[in-house]
Amino acid sequence: MDLSFTPEEVAFRQDLRTFFTTAIPQSIRTKVLEGQHLTKEEIITAQRILNANGLAVPNWPVEWGGKDWTSVQIYIYQDEMQLNGVPSPLAFNTSMVGPVIAQFGTDAQKKRYLPAAANLDVWWCQGFSEPGAGSDLASLRTKAERVGDTWVINGQKTWTTLAQHADWIFVLCRTDPTAKKQEGISFILADMNTPGITRRPIQTIDGGHEVNEIFFDNVVVPAENLVGELHKGWDCAKFLLGNERTGIARVGTSKARLKRIRELASLEFSGGSALINDRKFREKLAACEVELKALEMTQLRIVADEKNHAKNKPNPASSILKLKGSTIQQTTTELMMELVGPYVMPFAASDEGDGRNEIGYGPDYAAGTGPTYFNWRKISIYGGSNEIQRNIVAKAILGF
Amino acid sequence: MDFDFSEDQRLLKDSVDRLIADRYAFESRKHFIKEPNGWSAEMWAQYAELGLLGLPFSEDLGGFGGGMIETGQVMEAFGRGLVLEPYLATVVLGGGLLRHAGSAEQQSELIPQIIAGDLKLAFAHIERHSRWTLNDVAVTARKDGSGYLINGEKGVVLHGDCAGKLLVTARTGGAQRDAGGIGLFLVEANDPGVSRKGYPTQDGLRAAEIAFANARGVPLGDPDDALGVIERVVDEAIAALCAEAVGGMGEMLAVTTDYMKQRKQFGRAIGEFQVLQHRAVDMFVSLEQAKSMAMYATMMAASDNAAERRQALSAAKVQIGKSGKHIGEEAVQLHGGIAMTMEYKVGHYFKRMTMIEQMFGSTDHHLAVLTDGGGLF
Repeated sequence: MDLSFTPEEVAFRQDLRTFFTTAIPQSIRTKVLEGQHLTKEEIITAQRILNANGLAVPNWPVEWGGKDWTSVQIYIYQDEMQLNGVPSPLAFNTSMVGPVIAQFGTDAQKKRYLPAAANLDVWWCQGFSEPGAGSDLASLRTKAERVGDTWVINGQKTWTTLAQHADWIFVLCRTDPTAKKQEGISFILADMNTPGITRRPIQTIDGGHEVNEIFFDNVVVPAENLVGELHKGWDCAKFLLGNERTGIARVGTSKARLKRIRELASLEFSGGSALINDRKFREKLAACEVELKALEMTQLRIVADEKNHAKNKPNPASSILKLKGSTIQQTTTELMMELVGPYVMPFAASDEGDGRNEIGYGPDYAAGTGPTYFNWRKISIYGGSNEIQRNIVAKAILGF
Repeated sequence: MDFDFSEDQRLLKDSVDRLIADRYAFESRKHFIKEPNGWSAEMWAQYAELGLLGLPFSEDLGGFGGGMIETGQVMEAFGRGLVLEPYLATVVLGGGLLRHAGSAEQQSELIPQIIAGDLKLAFAHIERHSRWTLNDVAVTARKDGSGYLINGEKGVVLHGDCAGKLLVTARTGGAQRDAGGIGLFLVEANDPGVSRKGYPTQDGLRAAEIAFANARGVPLGDPDDALGVIERVVDEAIAALCAEAVGGMGEMLAVTTDYMKQRKQFGRAIGEFQVLQHRAVDMFVSLEQAKSMAMYATMMAASDNAAERRQALSAAKVQIGKSGKHIGEEAVQLHGGIAMTMEYKVGHYFKRMTMIEQMFGSTDHHLAVLTDGGGLF
């Protein structure tokens, strides 16, 4: 056993760091590190720089731009991006629909969709959750009926993140209403400009606009938009959600935030002394660091163990990454709020809905603290709520 | 020992509860928040008519002669309705400072205006680096003829944008964190030396940043030694906030258990899952603990023993902060995505609880005060 990175891995990390910190605009990285929302253009810019340098989709098969990296290399890549405020490539493209198409799609689908997804020429969104199908995703009711050479889709999706920017949507549809619930679902692609698709923004409690409802009213798409086998969409969904869970730990993001909190604690005062001198605050910060270190080591153990698992069969331990990763991220938002004290209170959402304080009440880093705390409560809800993750682990350790 | 309300208190509670249930539905609140001040002038008139604005003032000034119990009853109902109007700022804080520090002339001039609903007040105390330390005051008051000139900046002044008069803490002497040398000054909000920037707070209330440049101030009480009365009124405000928080927490629990009975996943109501039942039970336990400490705060806020009062109110604020965070976060989690939306009720309570935790000292702040004071027992 040797828990240190090999010299090659250390060099690999250094190369990535140099690239990230020189090629990705500082203005974008600062926004990410400060927890501000990015514009559509900024997200596209960053991803295209990565893609031009072969770094947008390292997790994909090599022939479609992947890197054939070890799981440790993939981990280092994600960690360095998060530490340096590089926006992650759009997850809907690169870790959801892309891998699904690469795994289950036809050659024609791969050619048509993968390069455009990698370069963010096409922005994808995810049509999974419905008002009646959240944790119980398989109870979804949006249906697709085969009419001639087309699918006709009717129903409603919700919590569709950044659908306001999206060009295409991948939709889980019920194609066999008579089958048992997981067995009659198919994975279908739809152009967001297709007549019959409407989007309605949902404003979240932080004042932002990230998620949307999507309505399908007799939406006609070509039959060839089915991905994988008919009625086997649940396999695609499970494959995709397995990817989502590993990404959700966001250890690098939390590390960067804790570092920032430690810096800012020298600028805030309590009883005439910098907050960083307050023992209680320092201890809370340290306790969060301990949790994060443990999570980082757990993540590395899981990453190292991946070679022992069949590909596409996620290790149930990845649920631990979701459980701990989400609560640690949420703790960092609490520490940020505590840091600014009464100046968490002013609310001044900009038109971007990013909770930015443009008018200047208190320090500029204070403006986003409340909205981020509120907004990040979502992390323990989305991508399979923490309750669902516990069910997965319970099944693994208890067997029933 | 008697936890029951008197006949008068029961009547008050019934009428306030009914008012909020009838007039302060979540949908109505959405309209109130869009009014020019960010709250309802009509509701404010209603409070005046019902005598709520005169609740803590003596009967010879036209008040109701109520104490902390009555204030708590109103605040609990207001917490349930997520009331937006400047009751805490005007009646509890402003009114409290007038009651405890104002001269007979000041009281007889201003209190009837509060009771009639004509005068709104705001307590301008927080400064950029003061956090919650009440004796950390850098704003200055300099004697000038018969009055004082106030200079400096105050922040996060609750309802400071709509107030007609401001109650400003300012230093007449001593160093920035000395206990002595702090005065309390009445400043006209439209004084040429006052500039205000109003804004909404995270929970939909209003606050302001206020700068004073040679603004005229009239002392309320001893201009060199007001810290004692400031502490007392802040303790009363904490007790009122505890009651408000209990109202909000109770409503969050009720909405959450309703949702758990109705929301179906995996073929049954999610409330049938034992693990979620236990989570709801833990919320209930937190609520009951908070209720108890809010009552304790109500009782102790009236105490003349400043040290004992201080410890008790810090203890209550700790419990309210913990319970509010627990119940708020769990209410959101047990609902799932729907609680993350502006359209739904629960997120707004969660935000209000989060702000209450930050008002007049966070949980950690009060835990430290309690620790430094030697604890409760």
